[in-house]
Order: sequence, then structure tokens, then C-alpha cells
Amino acid sequence: MKVKYFAWVRERVGKAEETIEPPATVRTVEELIAWLSGRSEAYAYAFEKPKVIRAAIDHAHVKSDAAIAGAREIAFFPPMTGG
Amino acid sequence: MTCPVTIRIQEDDFDIAREIAVLTRSRTDIGAVVSFSGICRADDDSAKVAALTLEHYPGMAEEEIRRHADEAVSRWPLNGITVIHRVGRFMPGQNIVLVLTASQHRQAAFQAAEFLMDYLKTSAPFWKKEESATGTGWVEAHARDDEAAARWTKS
Repeated sequence: MKVKYFAWVRERVGKAEETIEPPATVRTVEELIAWLSGRSEAYAYAFEKPKVIRAAIDHAHVKSDAAIAGAREIAFFPPMTGG
Repeated sequence: MTCPVTIRIQEDDFDIAREIAVLTRSRTDIGAVVSFSGICRADDDSAKVAALTLEHYPGMAEEEIRRHADEAVSRWPLNGITVIHRVGRFMPGQNIVLVLTASQHRQAAFQAAEFLMDYLKTSAPFWKKEESATGTGWVEAHARDDEAAARWTKS
């Protein structure tokens, strides 16, 4: 699946997007955050406060317990500040 | 009632008068147009802002605004909606966002414009980065914006 990062999440991870293949045991957004956090210090820093991170699956906001099965694109970003 | 919805995300500036003219062109059923413009402000809570950079999530930003525009159409008797959100780097005084709502009577237009702006601030994927004399940093979300959006879900 494709993963996208925005704003300070993107800056901390060090890339705007990538394709990942998490193991089948990673089933929810929350579990994906934990799995990503274990990849490197950069990811751990980006996701150090997982409750602050917002997520979207295929362009729609989701909660942290949402299932990631079948997702084409998952995005992680901080609370929005547009308008 | 037809309610054309126009949503644009662009780097270029917008012309409010022109957008209103487009929204109301060859219509005689519109009695009220409300326009809200969001402008880059120099004075924030602490430091003087020198510039703002707006980042967005292409694709989702348009879809999220569309979902709320559709909800506005289902909640109020509207005759037209235009939402333009700019992205890029802005100096104080420059336009950032425009919301136009058209209706037969003013109440629906006022309420729908407020509804759309409240959701634009809290659920459309845009992020502001601020440059000031003290450095550069991402703008933090305000609880007051979440509270403003939450009032539309109360009965």
C-alpha cells in the first residue's frame, strides 16, 4: 500500500510518500503507526505522540482503530490548520 | 432547486467580485450572496508573521470540501457554493481562502458559509507553516476551531 505523510509528519519521516508492505499482523491504523515507529528513529520521532496523529484511508478521515485491509493509500498528518 | 458547487485549490489569487458574478450569472432566483475571505494576518498570538506557507493533500482536500459542500446543500436551501483555497507561500494581506454561498434569503447563506468555514478549518487537509523573526514553525490547531465545528452536530 502507498503511505503519504504531510506537514511536520513528512518533515520528521523525511519523505512525502512510500510504498510499504506491513506484515499481516498489522491490522489497524494504530498498529501500523506502532510498526512504522519501529523502523527507525525518524519514524519514532514522527509518531512519538500517536494520539496527535490524524489518519486518512483512501482520502477519508479514519479513527486509529480503523482496519487497513484493502486500503490503497493511507495518509498520516497533524491536526489540520487550513482556512 | 439547482445548486452548482465549485471547488478549486490553486496557487493563483482570486477576484471576489468576479467569483460572485460567475455564481449569480443568468440567475434570477438568488436573493443573497454571502462571501467570506480568509487573509494572511501579520499579528498572531505572539510574534509578527512574515509569511505563511500552505500545504495540502491533493485529491483528499477537494473531496473533503466536496463532502461538506454536499452536506451544506442538504441542510440549507442553497442556490450556489464556491470554495477557493489557495496553496503556496503568502505575505500578510494576501488572500488565502474564499467561501461564497448563494440563497434566496440571507439566513441560509450566512449559516452555510459559517458551516463551511468551520469544517474547512478542522477537517480539510491543509496545514500552515509560519515564518517570523523568531523562526519557522507549523501552526498548531486551536481547540476553539474544533468547538466551532462541533456546534453544527448538536441538535
